[in-house]
Amino acid sequence: MITLTHYLVLASILFLIGIMGVLLRRNIIMILLSIELMLNAVNINLVAFSHYLQNLTGQVFVFFVMTVAAAEAAIGLAILVVLFRNRETVDVDEINLMKW
Amino acid sequence: MVLQSILFYYFAIVIIASAALAVSRRNPVYAVIFLLPCLLHIAGLWVLLGAEFLAAIQIIIYTGAIMVLYLFVIFILDLASFRTKRIFHNQRPLAIAAGLALILQLLVLTMVATFPGPFGPAQEVVSGGNTQAVGGVLYTEFLFPFELASLVLLVAIFGAVVLARRETEETPS
Repeated sequence: MITLTHYLVLASILFLIGIMGVLLRRNIIMILLSIELMLNAVNINLVAFSHYLQNLTGQVFVFFVMTVAAAEAAIGLAILVVLFRNRETVDVDEINLMKW
Repeated sequence: MVLQSILFYYFAIVIIASAALAVSRRNPVYAVIFLLPCLLHIAGLWVLLGAEFLAAIQIIIYTGAIMVLYLFVIFILDLASFRTKRIFHNQRPLAIAAGLALILQLLVLTMVATFPGPFGPAQEVVSGGNTQAVGGVLYTEFLFPFELASLVLLVAIFGAVVLARRETEETPS
């Protein structure tokens, strides 16, 4: 029998993988992909709660999360394109102009 | 019930494995390719949870649009041949310690917490299929946020075009 806890644990592990990607990777595009992973982990949680509490609000919220994720991906990648054009790098360690 | 368990564990294993493979690849193209099975199996998980509409949206928007956008950017900028000196940061021990602490907290909290079980009739049963139910809630109770979402997308389109546009010389006419 699959309970709500199963889904929560799965989402926690997926969220951890996303956090590790953001904290450990140096390539900006990998950091953006890890953010997508974290958003998906949260979406799994929302849908699982929506199912087990018999409330559709969670699914509507996932819909909005996806909208914002699409906007974030478009803007993030546009910034990445401009950055790569100007600095010729996607390594976050070399992009340190605004680091105190 | 048994079939549901088998499907859940299959989806869970593929999701975790492909996500772990995706964030550890050096080449971003492989990372995006490994993320595809992850997202598709999340959609499968949602079918298991009775959210068919979101599963379809997940496949169309995430794997169909967002991941292809990533691939386009990687190919256009030729990022696949870009090599960072090392894959990982120097802050690795600290980051792993923080991550382990976080996952420990999350696991303990989710194990200890008790949630109330399903209660009340499912809204889908009342009003037909899942898509119809979601649409009904979306266009009545959440109409204003829904319109705001379209504004967010509009701003994102303009933002992406303005940011990524190359400055061209004005031709005097």
